[in-house]
Amino acid sequence: MMRHLISAADLTRDDAVLILDTAEEMARVADRPIKKLPTLRGRTICNLFFEDSTRTRISFEAAEKRLSADVINFAAKGSSVSKGESLKDTAQTLEAMGVDAVVIRHGASGAPYRLATSGWIDAPVVNAGDGTHQHPTQALLDAFTMRRRLVGRDEGLGKDLNGRRITLVGDVLHSRVARSNVDLLHTLGAEVTLVAPPTLVPVGVETWPCEISYDLDSVLPKSDAVMMLRVQRERMNAAFFPTEREYSRRYGLDGDRMAKMPEHAIVMHPGPMVRGMEITAEVADSDRCTVIEQVANGVSIRMAVLYLLLGGNDSAATAPSTTRTEESK
Amino acid sequence: MSKILIRGAQVLGGEAQDVLIDGETIVATARQGEIDGSGTGLSAEGATVIEAEGQILLPGLVDLHTHLREPGREDSETVLTGTRAAASGGYTAVFAMANTHPVADTAGVVEQVWRLGKESGYCDVQPIGAVTVGLEGKKLAELGAMNDSAAGVTVFSDDGKCVDDAVIMRRALEYVKAFGGVVAQHAQEPRLTEGAQMNEGIVSAELGLGGWPAVAEESIIARDVLLAEHVGSRVHICHLSTAGSVEIVRWAKSRGIDVTAEVTPHHLLLTDELVRSYNPVYKVNPPLRTEKDVLALREALADGTIDIVATDHAPHPHEDKDCEWAAAAMGMVGLETALSVVQQTMVETGLLDWAGVADRMSFAPARIGRATGHGRPVSAGEPANLTLVDPAYRGVVDPAGFASRSRNTPYEGRELPGRVTHTILRGRATVVDGKLA
Repeated sequence: MMRHLISAADLTRDDAVLILDTAEEMARVADRPIKKLPTLRGRTICNLFFEDSTRTRISFEAAEKRLSADVINFAAKGSSVSKGESLKDTAQTLEAMGVDAVVIRHGASGAPYRLATSGWIDAPVVNAGDGTHQHPTQALLDAFTMRRRLVGRDEGLGKDLNGRRITLVGDVLHSRVARSNVDLLHTLGAEVTLVAPPTLVPVGVETWPCEISYDLDSVLPKSDAVMMLRVQRERMNAAFFPTEREYSRRYGLDGDRMAKMPEHAIVMHPGPMVRGMEITAEVADSDRCTVIEQVANGVSIRMAVLYLLLGGNDSAATAPSTTRTEESK
Repeated sequence: MSKILIRGAQVLGGEAQDVLIDGETIVATARQGEIDGSGTGLSAEGATVIEAEGQILLPGLVDLHTHLREPGREDSETVLTGTRAAASGGYTAVFAMANTHPVADTAGVVEQVWRLGKESGYCDVQPIGAVTVGLEGKKLAELGAMNDSAAGVTVFSDDGKCVDDAVIMRRALEYVKAFGGVVAQHAQEPRLTEGAQMNEGIVSAELGLGGWPAVAEESIIARDVLLAEHVGSRVHICHLSTAGSVEIVRWAKSRGIDVTAEVTPHHLLLTDELVRSYNPVYKVNPPLRTEKDVLALREALADGTIDIVATDHAPHPHEDKDCEWAAAAMGMVGLETALSVVQQTMVETGLLDWAGVADRMSFAPARIGRATGHGRPVSAGEPANLTLVDPAYRGVVDPAGFASRSRNTPYEGRELPGRVTHTILRGRATVVDGKLA
């Protein structure tokens, strides 16, 4: 297992499967009356959030607390950062305070990589989303959700997503979720198709390990999972597409379109959803939509990542069992 | 004034000669051994002798594109530290860009910079005047007054920003014709580069950094060469970075348009692949491009489509680079490494000989900027502005030894060939045996 988790592209197939399998073990903790393991007792983790986030921060915090870590939450707004303190200064402050790991969300692509490689801090760094670059734990929780739904909860252990056909739809250009998912799903053997208007596809995408399509309807019947990406309304004036209505007609997922998908196929969304534009309420609230599961699975994945980075390098199958034994002592 | 005898240097990389300097002037050049003792009637007695066998003697280098930061950002560089860096790199004249604080858009500011250059004694400083007031692109600065000032400004540029308003650009090109000036354009279409942080392409797509498309540079160059043709003026294009830009300049020259262009050393060597490190030392404007662009730029410099090498020396204090990519300042220092990079990318690849280097780094930039006394032949009667280079030297770049106040070099730890052993400004050695005098 690597020392930091910066990019989904850094994960090997075995790394990724180990994390998914470990997360499956961690998920069992959530089923217990007391949702807590002692694994990271005495370890301090700082959630360093330079960018607004609710669900990701809470998800990490829940994961950390379930592993019994001491948690420091740092939000840049109203902090010394707003007084001009640099990322380097903040990092060195945390280093001096002896934190054992840093979970960082930053608006600038590459900020977690700089934090991990510039010698500012020794602690492991987990990227909780950087600019339009990467969001590896999101990709892992998405893959975890897909494996559970498409392969099976227990049947999936040790397995990847070989041969599954996954479609990502929407604002690929500004999406760290899309980048992370393409990297990870490819590593796990899935066939990925990106569907978006050409204005929302990055120049240079031709080297990505995926197909590109501008036509959602033609891709849906071949998809095992369709993940809708968030379209940022604030970008509407930048002429990426003419109107919300037109976008919705060409790239939105409604009941008619969902009907074109194979029966077993699922609908995903990293949230928050823009209902009515990206996805209709009918689809969002259907049994095939996994949004709520994705949120729950996020905690398990983040527990697994933190456990593997900080707790040990044992195999997924044995590691949490050991902690369960400790807990029962 | 003292005499200097340079013995056995290969003048412009040609045959070994002796060069005798008396006062501010070259008084004789002759085959090796002729000056020193017999035959010419010239006495080298009392001269400081520089043994220069195996070294290349070039006319003092001229940089048409330097940021000296003074006034306003003396924490990055001052005229004194910048000219010391220039001398270390073999330069005897630099053109100082106008994006200072206050902006060099009046006779007062350009005279201040010019005077500081005079006082430094390491390198002649020719200020560049802003094209528009405050670099805002809206109103022409007092171009004529800057030309009339003691600084005698001949080059005008809003560098750092593009003069993107076509009417303002047209008027500037027309106006400077009255006194033989030239407008140096930073070609960057602003709307196409909003939020841009690196070259738009495969690497930017992966890294999630805002893309800076080649067409943002090329579209402005295409417009400006046509404007220059329309009004019958000359235009200079700063820091070309794309293969497409080369094609446009080549086309413009074939059409007879009076356009000149420059390339930086870093665009001749480095590619956007380096940005994968997210190390802001590689963050520069225009951005590092692809291998294809680098090869096209080298080819264009070799065939004369690109006229000159200019450093775009852009010093920044450590804290402005020791941060995340998005927050970092753009630019890199270049005066002290330029000749080495040109040797590696152009001479050692066989694309240019040393005479070609002299042309691209001294004769041509002096001609474009009308730098009096610089970019002159190495021959008797000419000003003694000279640079001596040891091409056999190999060394690892250590910015701790830089004369520049800033250290933001992309070459730290990289082995580069060549070393400036001596720089001579009007007969006075500013660098001796690789060290500032």
